[in-house]
Amino acid sequence: MSVRATARLRAEPDGRGSTALPLLESAGPLALRRTRSPLPEHARVTVVGAMSAPLNGDRLAIEAEAADGARLTVDAAAATVALPGPSTDTGSSTYAIHVNVGEGATLYWLPEQLVSSHGSDLHQTTRIELAPTARLLLREEQILGRHGEPTGALTTRLTVHRAGRPLLDQQLAYGPGAPGGWDGPAVLGGHRAVGQLFLADPSFEDAPLPARLLGPTAALTPLAGPAVLVTAVAADARLLREILDGALHELLDGLKADTGNS
Amino acid sequence: MSRAALLVLADGRFPAGGHAHSGGAEPAVTQGRIRDADDLAAFCRGRLHTAGLTAAALAAAAAHGLDPLALDEAADARTPSPALRATARKLGRQMMRAARATWPSPELDALATARPRGAHQPVVLGLTARTAGLGPEDAAHCVAYETVSGPATAVVRLLSLDPFHATAVLARLAPELDEVAAQAAEAARHGIDALPAASAPLLDITAEAHAAWPVRLFAS
Repeated sequence: MSVRATARLRAEPDGRGSTALPLLESAGPLALRRTRSPLPEHARVTVVGAMSAPLNGDRLAIEAEAADGARLTVDAAAATVALPGPSTDTGSSTYAIHVNVGEGATLYWLPEQLVSSHGSDLHQTTRIELAPTARLLLREEQILGRHGEPTGALTTRLTVHRAGRPLLDQQLAYGPGAPGGWDGPAVLGGHRAVGQLFLADPSFEDAPLPARLLGPTAALTPLAGPAVLVTAVAADARLLREILDGALHELLDGLKADTGNS
Repeated sequence: MSRAALLVLADGRFPAGGHAHSGGAEPAVTQGRIRDADDLAAFCRGRLHTAGLTAAALAAAAAHGLDPLALDEAADARTPSPALRATARKLGRQMMRAARATWPSPELDALATARPRGAHQPVVLGLTARTAGLGPEDAAHCVAYETVSGPATAVVRLLSLDPFHATAVLARLAPELDEVAAQAAEAARHGIDALPAASAPLLDITAEAHAAWPVRLFAS
């Protein structure tokens, strides 16, 4: 029996220097919990997997909004493991994430890894709309197979618009049924962990970061608009996270230094 | 449409500067990821279905008559690597010069004026195809083929690979080239939001590394 579930949340300034969560609606396997934020002005929501999901055939979605001036962190209690499910004829599963970040709002969207287990078939889409002065820090990690197993079928698409104009559009496809060459020397070269770290910040408009290599299999690149993307491949989830964590802390320290100066 | 016009546009001798680019093959050879004809085939296949499909769809959309400036912006969003954006614009500028001499048109003039430093090459190629009386699928074929012929030619030079073997790699990819061109043209019929954005992490990462090399045989 496949599941259809859409979880929803909305964050807005509480008028006392922090952020309130007037909407926090769990659904099916997507349980949303308000958790304590280490950043005082941020509300923090942790996605807690309430059951194994997504299974093939499931239709899961999260709709999130950080209203004007809100500061929100969304993270997760554990990795998301795409699984085949009990029967073989259920078709693929979908996981649709739709996020709005308003004027002057900040969103840290830092889920745990997405693991494509053998036999699973998942299409994940992440659509983000940014207001011109919105800030967004987002991490995505795709792990192809649990330890020592072949990967399932996984496609992801990350689309970011800023002020209605395209800022980033990136589609990845791996595993059985993906177009040829996905594991070859142009795309993954045998690596089993792929990650993106995206930071949009209006301050990049005047002071874009230079492109930089973060080791032999990762690069930080300034986009055409005010944002940077870290792209990394690694042998496994742990090595990938090391690269992305290093970049994340550096980027956040850079922003803090900026705020301190202004 | 004129079949001969397609041959002129797709000819490797069309003076648009593509021969100076390896399409990411040079860093792949240096890093040992391409060592023989089989590796070349896997490289070309991967590039075709990712960056190739994305570029072919942009070209098909331009040939179809979608707004070239909106397509140029869509190309930017699909090209996170500044090294690859610079390459695409440089090749676009060179293609524009050749195209305006070959098939002059007000549409090409307008894009050249709006993007004096060059629009993304697939957008220019698509608009050129349109001016030459070719269709979206023709433009997609040109771009899809370039996606694999560039690396194949480069690897012949980089590895001293037998040119017969490199050409055989291209010939064996023909059915997939047709598929990608058809897919690109179909997407273009559904408007700019339906265009694919397939990408290849290693191509993006190694393009940045390659651009920083002090000495290299190919520009990209």
